[in-house]
Amino acid sequence: MDVMPKWAEVILVPLISLILAAFLSALVILAIGEDPVAAVQLMVTGALGSTYGWGYTLYYATNFMFTGLAVAVAFHARLFNIGGEGQAMLGGLGVAIACLYVPWPHWSLALLGAATLAALFGAFWAAIPAYLQAKRGSHIVITTIMFNFIAAAVLNYLLVNVMRPKGSMDPATARFAETVHLPTLHDLLAPFGIAFSKAAPANVTLLVAIAACVLVWLLIWRTRLGYEIRAYGHSETAAKYAGISAVKITMVAMLLSGGLAGLMAINNVMGEAERLVLNAVEGAGFIGIAVALMGRSHPVGVFFAAILFGFLYQGGAELALWTSIPRELIVVIQALVILFTGALDNMVRMPLERLFLARARQKGNV
Amino acid sequence: MDFLTLIQLLDSTVRLATPLLLACLAGLFSERAGIFDIGLEGKILAAAFFSAAIAATSGSVWVGLAAGIGASLALSALHGVASITFRGNQLISGVAINFLAAGMTVLIAQSWFKQGGRTPSLIGEARFTGITLPFADALAEVPILGPIYAELISGHSILVYAALAAVPLTWWILFRTSFGLRLRAVGENPAAVDTAGISVVGLRYAAVAICGVLCGIAGAYLSTALQAGFVKDMSAGRGFIALAALIFAKWRPWHALYATLLFGLFGALETRPDVITALTGMKVQGQLLGALPYIMTVVILAGFVGKAVPPRAGGAAYVKER
Repeated sequence: MDVMPKWAEVILVPLISLILAAFLSALVILAIGEDPVAAVQLMVTGALGSTYGWGYTLYYATNFMFTGLAVAVAFHARLFNIGGEGQAMLGGLGVAIACLYVPWPHWSLALLGAATLAALFGAFWAAIPAYLQAKRGSHIVITTIMFNFIAAAVLNYLLVNVMRPKGSMDPATARFAETVHLPTLHDLLAPFGIAFSKAAPANVTLLVAIAACVLVWLLIWRTRLGYEIRAYGHSETAAKYAGISAVKITMVAMLLSGGLAGLMAINNVMGEAERLVLNAVEGAGFIGIAVALMGRSHPVGVFFAAILFGFLYQGGAELALWTSIPRELIVVIQALVILFTGALDNMVRMPLERLFLARARQKGNV
Repeated sequence: MDFLTLIQLLDSTVRLATPLLLACLAGLFSERAGIFDIGLEGKILAAAFFSAAIAATSGSVWVGLAAGIGASLALSALHGVASITFRGNQLISGVAINFLAAGMTVLIAQSWFKQGGRTPSLIGEARFTGITLPFADALAEVPILGPIYAELISGHSILVYAALAAVPLTWWILFRTSFGLRLRAVGENPAAVDTAGISVVGLRYAAVAICGVLCGIAGAYLSTALQAGFVKDMSAGRGFIALAALIFAKWRPWHALYATLLFGLFGALETRPDVITALTGMKVQGQLLGALPYIMTVVILAGFVGKAVPPRAGGAAYVKER
């Protein structure tokens, strides 16, 4: 089992997968007649060259931290939650309800209230597939996919028929009140004398996301419940034998996962759009899969993978703006990352394991 | 609702059910052999693009169809390598394939045709057109049966008839040939198949390849028959509805036909809200109708209305004993 040293497992395998994905992406850029080096330069200056670029990169990264953690927590219980997209949509609904119908006196209280409702709505949307998996044995992947579509239909219905202000043609809610406006990084850094772009949408939610990373780490590796989740993920039968309830772990892991995905809404709905629009999630729920796979389901890994994808997202937007490379390049890169770090993991791992095994044997003989 | 409206409704049901049916049968072959495939969507999309693109450049829809099948087969091969050879996670591989297709089709379409991720509109020989069955015109005047034959049964593209013919063919292959028996066995108990001296890997690759061909036809139908050209994300969740239909049909060919016709009817009704109002006397929301296949699948999966049990070895890579 432990053929490879830990550093190889944690850093080398994801790194090689990433290099493979990057190499193939470069080939794709070449094939459509563009210069990959120039493209990377443009992405770096666009996403990291200014506080404006950083503001967008961190804004996207905040989304991906939440959805990445959501997928990661479920992965620890060996559950594949593909429904982050739908759970984040429902989270948006929770945020909208909290912000529209409660007269909050201050943004901090509003954040607390909206976050609670967002997490509850997201958890609720994960609870039904979780229950069906735990009690009725229906496959969680299929049910969560179905729930993504159902969530989209529900949101569509609510925004068109119920929550749309009278006289508006846009399928979106009214704008939230000024009091629930979340401070952006510009507002937060100004007291320290750091000038940060005013236009960028990164906001206080970034700190919530980082806190969520820490809390998830504590939960998974420092609590009894986390131990049970990991034990269940490693061997369902062994966990059952040790008195761990399969139903409980499935439910708890999925509720946490759904709640984390739902929390994303305080960033995109409350922090950025300040109203609920159709398709507010924009695929971030699916990017969470790539982020969790790349981050090896560890909060630290998820944090860095989320920043990487935030960079890709913002860089991709810049590419689409200045070159003829469409935004969909990012979708291709995302697909390649999922492919190499997820599905073709063994392709990278097997030769590496052989290499380390050979080295270990050599050392043993000498 | 008058008779002609009913005929029109059923006619569009058949048109909308065809890609679902082909994709559903594709998934049936794959999952019966123990390979989960949530990448149907991506394969349909890739096939839709390549068949439209090649049909537009070559001027022949048949060359386009071949290209579509080729593209779908390439993604199938990727799925096979990841999930059979390297024993990777089949679900994750499917997710990757969906994104790969979604991104690559737009990327290639943009650099190839420069029309914002779409192909030029297909005209003439570059498109599958409806074929009029014999005597359709002569019989059209006959009451009741005439319109049914002339409007509903006749006048579809050849791919519609091919999809319908694929149902008995699938049934025959799976339940009346030794290949089909082995294919089903490899999805239930691969170790037994291996013991009998038959290659598990070979059978699974064969199933994944058949899946690729059928998805290829489904995609080609979308862009060269149902519509005249490719637009971004034109598969629009059909791969997932087909997956839902597959569960609904409990992995059986004839039931796949019924399930996809039912879901096709939902699709047809969605475009005719006036008919629903006339039928039920109340306004039914289009969004609800769109979500109905998914809701029904969840209910079926939950086992409240007849439990759907997937092939037993589905989703697990086969590892020979060492």
